[in-house]
Amino acid sequence: MSDLLRQLLMLPDPASEAAREIDVLHFVVLGTTLVGFLAVACVTAWWLWRYRRRGDRPTERVTGSRRLELSIGGALLTLFVGWWVVGFLQYLDLQDAPEGAEEIYVTGKQWMWKFAWPSGRAVVGVLPVPVDRDVRLVLTSRDVVHSFFVPALRMKQDALPGRFTRLDFRADRLGTYPVYCAEYCGQSHARMGATVVVLSAEDYADWVAGRTPATLVPLLKGREVPDVAAEGGLAAEGRRVMQRVGCLACHSLDGSPSVGPTLLGLYGSEVELQGGERVVADSDYLTRALRDPNGQIVAGYDPVMPSFEEQLSAEERVAIFEALRALGDEEAP
Amino acid sequence: MSGRTPDAKAADTGLKAWLTTRDHKRIGIMFLVATTAAMALGGVFALLLRLELLMPGETIVDPMTYNRLFTLHGVTMVWLFMIPVIPSGFGNYLLPIMIGARDVAFPRLNLASFYIYLVGAAITLAGMYFGAADTGWTFYVPYSTTSAAALVPVLLGVFTLGWSSVLTGINFIATVHTMRTEGLGWMRMPLFVWTVYGTSIIQVLVTPVLGMALMLIGFDRLLDWGIFDPARGGDPVLYQHLFWFYSHPAVYIMILPAMGVISDVVCAFARKNPFSYEAIVWSTMGITFVGLLTWGHHMFTAGMSTFGAGAFGILSMLVAIFSAIKVFTWVGTLYKGSIALDTPLLYVLAFLFLFIFGGMTGVAVATTSLDVHWHDTYFVVAHFHFIMVGGTISAFLAALHYWLPKLSGRRYPERLGRLGAAGVFVGFNLTFVPQFLLGNRGMPRRYFDYPPAMHTLNAISTVGSWVLGASMLFIASYLLRSLLRGEPAGDNPWGAAGFEWRTSSPPPVHNWTGEPPFERGAYDYTEGSPALEGARDE
Repeated sequence: MSDLLRQLLMLPDPASEAAREIDVLHFVVLGTTLVGFLAVACVTAWWLWRYRRRGDRPTERVTGSRRLELSIGGALLTLFVGWWVVGFLQYLDLQDAPEGAEEIYVTGKQWMWKFAWPSGRAVVGVLPVPVDRDVRLVLTSRDVVHSFFVPALRMKQDALPGRFTRLDFRADRLGTYPVYCAEYCGQSHARMGATVVVLSAEDYADWVAGRTPATLVPLLKGREVPDVAAEGGLAAEGRRVMQRVGCLACHSLDGSPSVGPTLLGLYGSEVELQGGERVVADSDYLTRALRDPNGQIVAGYDPVMPSFEEQLSAEERVAIFEALRALGDEEAP
Repeated sequence: MSGRTPDAKAADTGLKAWLTTRDHKRIGIMFLVATTAAMALGGVFALLLRLELLMPGETIVDPMTYNRLFTLHGVTMVWLFMIPVIPSGFGNYLLPIMIGARDVAFPRLNLASFYIYLVGAAITLAGMYFGAADTGWTFYVPYSTTSAAALVPVLLGVFTLGWSSVLTGINFIATVHTMRTEGLGWMRMPLFVWTVYGTSIIQVLVTPVLGMALMLIGFDRLLDWGIFDPARGGDPVLYQHLFWFYSHPAVYIMILPAMGVISDVVCAFARKNPFSYEAIVWSTMGITFVGLLTWGHHMFTAGMSTFGAGAFGILSMLVAIFSAIKVFTWVGTLYKGSIALDTPLLYVLAFLFLFIFGGMTGVAVATTSLDVHWHDTYFVVAHFHFIMVGGTISAFLAALHYWLPKLSGRRYPERLGRLGAAGVFVGFNLTFVPQFLLGNRGMPRRYFDYPPAMHTLNAISTVGSWVLGASMLFIASYLLRSLLRGEPAGDNPWGAAGFEWRTSSPPPVHNWTGEPPFERGAYDYTEGSPALEGARDE
């Protein structure tokens, strides 16, 4: 039944349980619309015929029944609010990948999608993901607003410059699925595509580890797949970036005190700010800290850090976060 | 027919008399001419867009030209046509007559509003032509602050058009409050007046926000302020909030007066009082004010807070209820009526059909989880064209046919009218129903190219656009002919009870000779109604 409706409505085959649930709501909403429309159309047609004009006669004054209007309005409101409740619960579900989801960094730029893995894997235009596992895409953009859209997953999320947004899903069907950019971004907006490849657990593990499973070979043909894994992965790349732009002049990596707070154990920990407020040092806080370091100063330090916003590309920032996350797992002494 | 007026100078028909007129009727007609020309222009852009999409791949235009064309189409249709057409065109002509006034509260301001519209339109179109803006009518940052095209002239043009909108709004609010004739209480006003009044409130409240948002883009571009530049702490999403704070209510600016037309036309052709006058009035006010609080539903996937998504979702549901109440009231009006299926009523039926689907798909896209798939796809394109084209243009055509005798004293040929309405309806559905399906398949907006698998639906849609375009041309041709050589209509060819039909057609310079005869209501078709006395026999 659902498959037939999907074909009639031209919906792509869903690749996740969430997509199938969304489709059911889609069918309910559409079905209700058609039934409601037919009811209105029948009544209208009947009255058009029954009360067709026969000569110039006056009509009697009919005063609407307030009770009827209110009950129809109330019934519809109940229906709409019902849809809203179901739709909103699904929306909450969509945004809630559990702890331990596989994180992949996605960077949009005019006019391509670049994907990067903590292991150091990186590729443009092809996104291998594991089947039956929660995946969290962490999206950002290097230039203008883009939107990462996977019809088969019924999912879409804008990628914004200077911010990180998330898109969570759990694909449960092997295969390849097209990705489109859904937010207008200039000349080649219509060609800013990519392919999601849902791989078996083993194939995915191979990919992350730096090997190329057979399924990916044709898709990766002609694409540059740098093998950063040999050089220690994204975290090591992050350390190199921090060294180059000068972070390490004021921030230590080993817990020793310096001009600024140490980066050891910082990521994900709770820090006290000047003024007593406490925040969790997550990617949101760190994004703000790179852009406007003196907006939220850690208690006990001076507001001396300049903004690094313009010196760091989206990819470099991703690498820094990955390095900080690696350091965050270690305890500060 | 039009009696001699004491004010011979005002009745002068020379070009200069028209260009310097303070008569709201002439200003209304000038607005109608200008906005209809804009519609034709926007329609040509639409046909070109559809032609490019007839086949996959790059066909008649290159990608950048396509991007400029959809920008032109959106800007022209939204700001040059749909926002002003019914309020500034028909509203100007009819609102004072419908409340028994002899003009609007500020006639000179009214003329200024027209010239500001012309200047704004000229700057916008010239700016588009020479500047080649390619941002879409939404001007999203940071694309709009970094795009190589010259955007400032277009921003300035739209900014200027906003002034016209605000001034007309202020004028109508003042007119409705202060110039109703003796004994015309608020709850006796024609429903069209109520909707134009609601529209005016929205125009005055939200247009300045659009003006500010566009100015900020201008400052970012010219003075490098960096307000929306994330590299300097600016926020692109802030712009989206500001833009939709105007542009969502702007949808109600386009559709509310259309609803007013439908309310009046359905009563006139069913010869019945509205099923519930009060329900229509309160739902009009409901849309006016709750409509101001729903803008966030354009941004569910832009990274807004989960709480925000929920709140904007449920507020949107509330607005839908007000629209649904109107639909039931219009259908209820047919009950026990005396119904003539003339062209204006055919457009009302088209409106009802398209509005139910446009409205219900609106509820669907306001349902958060569904919107995540549909947002920025052709599903949304089809949805808002059902409301804008199906709703606003149907109502515009209903109004044009219904009030043509009022404006010109002449009739259009009824059979051609019905044929035209059928053509518009078929062409419209052929164009936009496939777009719902394309959206389901996942075709995003603003694509000059698409995967070959989407070809059939796109081709059907393009053929539909030809039927729609040809029907519009056909309608324009017989209406123009009727204007020049149509049968004389008499003062009240429809036997309608509306106040505007109680003066001659076209009305004298100051609308009324003597006191406006408003004793019986605008929807009174009971025994002894004067409306039925002179009515033609069918």
